Amino acid sequence: MAEHHGPMKGIKRWIFATNHKDIGAMYLWFSFIMFLTGGFMAMIIRAELMYPGLQLVDPNFFNQMTTTHGLIMVFGAVMPAFVGLANYMIPLMIGAPDMALPRLNNWSFWILPFAFSILIFSIIQSFLGIADAPNFGWTFYAPLSTKYGPASTDFFIFSVHMMGISSIMGAVNVIVTIFNLRAPGMTMMKMPLFVWTWLITAFLLIAVMPVLAGVVTMMLTDRHFGTSFFDAAGGGDPVLFQHVFWFFGHPEVYIMILPAFGIVSAILPTFARKPLFGYASMVYATASIALLSFLVWAHHMFTVGLPLAGSLFYMYMTMLIAVPTGVKVFNWVATMWRGSMTFEVPMLFAIAFVILFTIGGFSGLMLAITPVDQQYHDTYFVVAHFHYVLVTGAVFSIIAGVYYWLPKWTGRMYNITLAKIHFWCSLVFVNLLFFPMHFVGLAGMPRRYSDYSLQFADFNWWISIGGFGFGLSQLILLWVLIQVCFQKKGEKVDDSVWEGADGLEWTLSSPPPYHSFTTPPVIK
Amino acid sequence: MQPQPQRPSHKRLILRLTVIVVGMFVFAVGVLPPMYEVICNITGLNGKTANQAADASNVMVNAERTITVQFLADTDPAMAWSFKANTFSLKVHPGEIHQVDFHVRNPTNRSIVGHAVPSVSPGQATSYFKKTECFCFRNQTLAGGEEMDMPLIFYVDPEIPESVQTITLSYQLYDITDKTQKQDLANNYALSPR
Repeated sequence: MAEHHGPMKGIKRWIFATNHKDIGAMYLWFSFIMFLTGGFMAMIIRAELMYPGLQLVDPNFFNQMTTTHGLIMVFGAVMPAFVGLANYMIPLMIGAPDMALPRLNNWSFWILPFAFSILIFSIIQSFLGIADAPNFGWTFYAPLSTKYGPASTDFFIFSVHMMGISSIMGAVNVIVTIFNLRAPGMTMMKMPLFVWTWLITAFLLIAVMPVLAGVVTMMLTDRHFGTSFFDAAGGGDPVLFQHVFWFFGHPEVYIMILPAFGIVSAILPTFARKPLFGYASMVYATASIALLSFLVWAHHMFTVGLPLAGSLFYMYMTMLIAVPTGVKVFNWVATMWRGSMTFEVPMLFAIAFVILFTIGGFSGLMLAITPVDQQYHDTYFVVAHFHYVLVTGAVFSIIAGVYYWLPKWTGRMYNITLAKIHFWCSLVFVNLLFFPMHFVGLAGMPRRYSDYSLQFADFNWWISIGGFGFGLSQLILLWVLIQVCFQKKGEKVDDSVWEGADGLEWTLSSPPPYHSFTTPPVIK
Repeated sequence: MQPQPQRPSHKRLILRLTVIVVGMFVFAVGVLPPMYEVICNITGLNGKTANQAADASNVMVNAERTITVQFLADTDPAMAWSFKANTFSLKVHPGEIHQVDFHVRNPTNRSIVGHAVPSVSPGQATSYFKKTECFCFRNQTLAGGEEMDMPLIFYVDPEIPESVQTITLSYQLYDITDKTQKQDLANNYALSPR
């Protein structure tokens, strides 16, 4: 059957977009803009922390920067990037003509710019010295965010509500697409691992985003409508906030890493020229990580005074997560074992992911040990840990995925030399940035302060150099993307792009037609 | 359009997923907070002692054990009153009934309503710390410049685990003048906030 229409002309194509490729592209560009915005805030943080004492910003503004950096990176950069990849790739990978609910898809994307405008509006106000932006940390613990929160906390609450609605609708769309639109013969256990990890992620999203919405709703009623969920004076309990928040928060961190597992599981077999080792065990490991994620939330709260039995339970459950994660790392290494490996740019990022994510996993295991966590809690060791899993984990996997599928999306090969420079700069600087944080953390430097004791000065100087270097390196990625996407530079690529690539998306032309798989493909 | 004959229904799946979403929101707002309170009441997890007076009849004194009870009195930063325990530490035998007074003074010139929230540490001692009378059961109102001694009458349940040698009882005193007014307002509209 012939295509009945192409894209609409001009701006209408994007505003009224229902095509999964257009919406996926918008999600990816949006998340990249947010990545640079959140990165700019990180630069302010690192500039202030380069030398001891107060140089550039006052402590209150510093706190606003740590808060909004975290919020923008988590909800604006990492999550929408994964949703964008899901939008673009899932229909191509399972042989579906589009996402199952295209209009809902349009809405889930277009809520985001408004949600973040609200949040960024309060940051701009703060830049202009009109009013404070949220300054209570991205975890917005009560009563800091309820009783003591600035007026802009209400902007923050509505912004989080909108992000939540967007994520939930995106997740519903992914589940319906995967359950109902698979091409004939594409059984569940034949689905690429990226599709599997996203299916499980989508279930995590619809299970915990309503809890996040609930916790900010309770904050709102505590602030303005006389309830006392988190206010001890009225019979509530601030510790309840932490329980509800982390009941959302821990599955949330897996929401940000499971799709990364899927991307890496797509890239490693391609460039090792071997099928993925232990496909079924990968699926079961992902599912068990997701289930365990609901049983470990209090490991973020070891210092609030849990009973011994509770501490032990959460400690053991947390350590148990290392088992399925270990299965995954083993499978990735076994996939590369005796493969005919080549080191194209996506492969470089994927291998860096496997090694550096594992470092982040190990420091997580250290933090899981209750008595040890009593010392590490709220130090830079924690900051080092979650940046290893989120930056060299989630962000590296997203960049790997972009370098892997970009030739498919645009039909052109990007500038490989520039991309390799981007990789090596990122690799060196990201480790200079985050590795010494382990040391200052172990030595007792607390997080979320604009100043520190003199003994941490040298390490922090190096950390800041790493931060500036890593931040600037991402402009190389921006340049690579502009060249390919807007200047239309680069050699034309064939359908399969990479020699060892396997999967339905590589059977389509590069770039794929605007409407792909209008006739379902035949699955062997 | 391509006819898709055997495609499963989108509507049913969306409906089911929506039920999960709504269910999880209700769980977070309507189930988790009361559940947390019940768990805390049973286990003494958050150190909150019972809100009702305990019955002190039929309690046997165990003179062989001595337990140190410490008292802390703090005010919320927004609370203007001064607040302190007249006794800082007390050695008691389980089952013995003791009275400790807490002194409060309102240095301002307006009437303030205060509410004291108790917390017992270690948490496992919470349910064994019995109060037969406590100022924390009710809100307290002090006119400007007024001061008073507020009584706490308590005993330690003889069933308390052997491992507990010291119990710390801490009170945090909050200014709830605004809240009580809001509460009156809310009651007028027949609402019942927690």
